Amino acid sequence: MNIIVCVKQVPDAKDVRLDPETNTLAREGVEAIMNPFDRHALEEAVCLKEQLGGKVTVLSMGPPQAEEVLREAISCGADEGVLVSDRAFAGADTWATSYTLAKAVEAIGTFDLILCGKQAIDGDTAQVGPGLASRMGLPYVTCVQKTREATDSSIQVERMMDDGYDVVQLPLPALLTVVKDINEPRVPSLKGKMKAKKAEISMLSASDVGAEAQYIGLAGSPTQVVNVFAPEARGDRKIFSGTAAEQVEQLVDKLKGYL
Amino acid sequence: MLIVDADKCIGCGACEDNCAFGAIIVEDDLAVVGDSCTLCGACVDVCDVEALHIEGGEKAVQADLSAWSGIWIFAESRHGVLAPVALELLGIGRKLAEQRGVELTAVLFGSDVQSHADQLIASGADIVLIADNPALAQYREDVYGRVLEQLIKEKKPEVVLAGATAIGRSLIPQAATVLGAGLTADCTGLAIREEDGMLLQTRPAFGGNIMATIECPHSRPQMATVRPNVMAPAEPDSERTGQIVKIELNDEQLASRVEVLETVTSSEEQVNIQEVEVLVAGGRGVESEKGFELIQELAAELNGAVAASRAAVDAGWVSYPHQVGQTGKTVCPKLYIACGISGAIQHAVGMQSAETVVAINRDENAPIFDIATYGLVGDLFEIVPLLTRKIQEQRRE
Ligand SMILES: Cc1cc2nc3c(=O)[nH]c(=O)nc-3n(C[C@H](O)[C@H](O)[C@H](O)COP(=O)(O)OP(=O)(O)OC[C@H]3O[C@@H](n4cnc5c(N)ncnc54)[C@H](O)[C@@H]3O)c2cc1C
Ligand SMILES: Nc1ncnc2c1ncn2[C@@H]1O[C@H](COP(=O)(O)O)[C@@H](O)[C@H]1O
Repeated sequence: MNIIVCVKQVPDAKDVRLDPETNTLAREGVEAIMNPFDRHALEEAVCLKEQLGGKVTVLSMGPPQAEEVLREAISCGADEGVLVSDRAFAGADTWATSYTLAKAVEAIGTFDLILCGKQAIDGDTAQVGPGLASRMGLPYVTCVQKTREATDSSIQVERMMDDGYDVVQLPLPALLTVVKDINEPRVPSLKGKMKAKKAEISMLSASDVGAEAQYIGLAGSPTQVVNVFAPEARGDRKIFSGTAAEQVEQLVDKLKGYL
Repeated sequence: MLIVDADKCIGCGACEDNCAFGAIIVEDDLAVVGDSCTLCGACVDVCDVEALHIEGGEKAVQADLSAWSGIWIFAESRHGVLAPVALELLGIGRKLAEQRGVELTAVLFGSDVQSHADQLIASGADIVLIADNPALAQYREDVYGRVLEQLIKEKKPEVVLAGATAIGRSLIPQAATVLGAGLTADCTGLAIREEDGMLLQTRPAFGGNIMATIECPHSRPQMATVRPNVMAPAEPDSERTGQIVKIELNDEQLASRVEVLETVTSSEEQVNIQEVEVLVAGGRGVESEKGFELIQELAAELNGAVAASRAAVDAGWVSYPHQVGQTGKTVCPKLYIACGISGAIQHAVGMQSAETVVAINRDENAPIFDIATYGLVGDLFEIVPLLTRKIQEQRRE
């Protein structure tokens, strides 16, 4: 089974802090990591490959340094990495991103399955997976919490819903987005790390994948950010003191509106 | 692309200071743009010497905006139950429709769902479009997507809203992609701009550390998913009248490659923590499954539900659908009581937009106190039962 895993490099949320004075994101030492959900997508792909044979290709759209997450993915069991990178992609929203990834997938060629994370933690949109599936005309399922059965022609999964889960079967090729419940990602092996160091990452530009200028980056993005601001601060705040009973007393007094 | 005119730039640093993404640095008296630039344009607005401009933003495809009219909401129903968010969408939808002077339409898919139509009209819908067919009994991405796309293409609404639920967030991106429409995820604020009737969509970004307002200037419909529990549902009025329209469906539309073999609704998971008003959350400090009984009791007393940190979920004391945070769910209850949770940023991003946050923790330096409205410093095993009892007493009075 040939699998493409879409991985995104994102800023680590623990470093992203709003500076209350200047109202901007603190920029010092923000570390870039592999989107946590994509780690689970990658693990699932590697497990399926171990079971059924085939190849795992990791695909990312991003700036040149996103190469790091592709190497990391190779150290965790992926076979090949493809980075689509171009200044012209800047300002892409999910519509333009799914277009660009679809073009890149076409350039990669044949595949049986595409795996994405449920969402990327920078934007939390969860839109790129379904968007990519509809561009490729693929059946898809979001929020997969378990693969029950996979063959070369079909896959049966559990789709997490708000009130439980559904068992869903779909033919391949298909696209799935996964939640973290699906597996426990492995840590890279020493051998994997060696392989990652030497691996050749294919770098593709917009024209390499045949992406048209009008559909990529800012020009291809129907949504536009028009304002960025700090969330409203909490009004009345209080840390109580005293014995447990005294603190409970004070709290209940404050919570009257909710009781 | 953001272009810096080197002849005009005086290196004042105003752009650097106003870039929320840290994408501009002034080097040798010249602004230099980095890769994290999102082309939001904030710097262009603050540049006094007009040294910055955005290029390449000209849209190739421009919709004929005047051809699109009316506000739509997707009235999600599953297993015969209308999702509470549907009524919240009617609440905000009603306001938007009145401001625009257009009709509010609820779109209802399912099997034997007509009985919901009256409730949707009472809660604000002028028109209910019903696609009722056994093939729509289960949510299937391809069928729901196709039916919705075709309806939108045919009737051309200017705005389409859906709940940011499992179904809404799976269905709507598909339709938006095919229609070439802008889509904003998980909005917490929606408003119409007076001058041009544009929908302004506000949502948290970077886990709620910043808020962003987004618009779709050139495409239609303007689509958004809306976070449950944020918008107020309209007061139902059984006197309201509206039109019920049944949609004709053909076999081609209803063909599917996705087969739902089985549906499991676990009673424990039946409450969607994104839809309840009060959440009592436990973390590693709760120590065991048994400890969670205390959390459960307090939640029951408040008519709320149980939530958890990742540490508690990983320990197996609570199941994953209850996890709040970056890799769990984002919740927005009226009241969030965090018990034995340290308040790591990955947890905080999932709950910090709750109206009131109460933190119970024995470590007075725990970061959870930085985001709490009210903090209680002490042993949760002592405080939680006391609190449950106290609330019980209050209720009886
Ligand atoms: C990529 C990534 C994604 C993550 N996603 C999430 C996520 O979605 N959600 C999430 O929650 N976490 C997430 N985490 C984990 C997060 O960083 C924290 O590790 C986790 O939230 C800690 O859970 P906790 O607060 O329950 O445990 P701890 O940090 O161990 O805190 C326990 C707290 O309980 C207090 N305590 C102990 N005993 C008592 C007592 N008897 N009475 C009162 N107080 C007591 C302690 O003082 C302490 O503050 C993620 C981490 C990573 C790296
Ligand atoms: N730039 C990107 N490169 C590769 N994959 C991406 C990119 N953006 C999003 N994805 C994939 O789409 C998923 C959902 O992202 P999002 O819609 O941005 O929340 C992620 O978990 C990734 O699998």
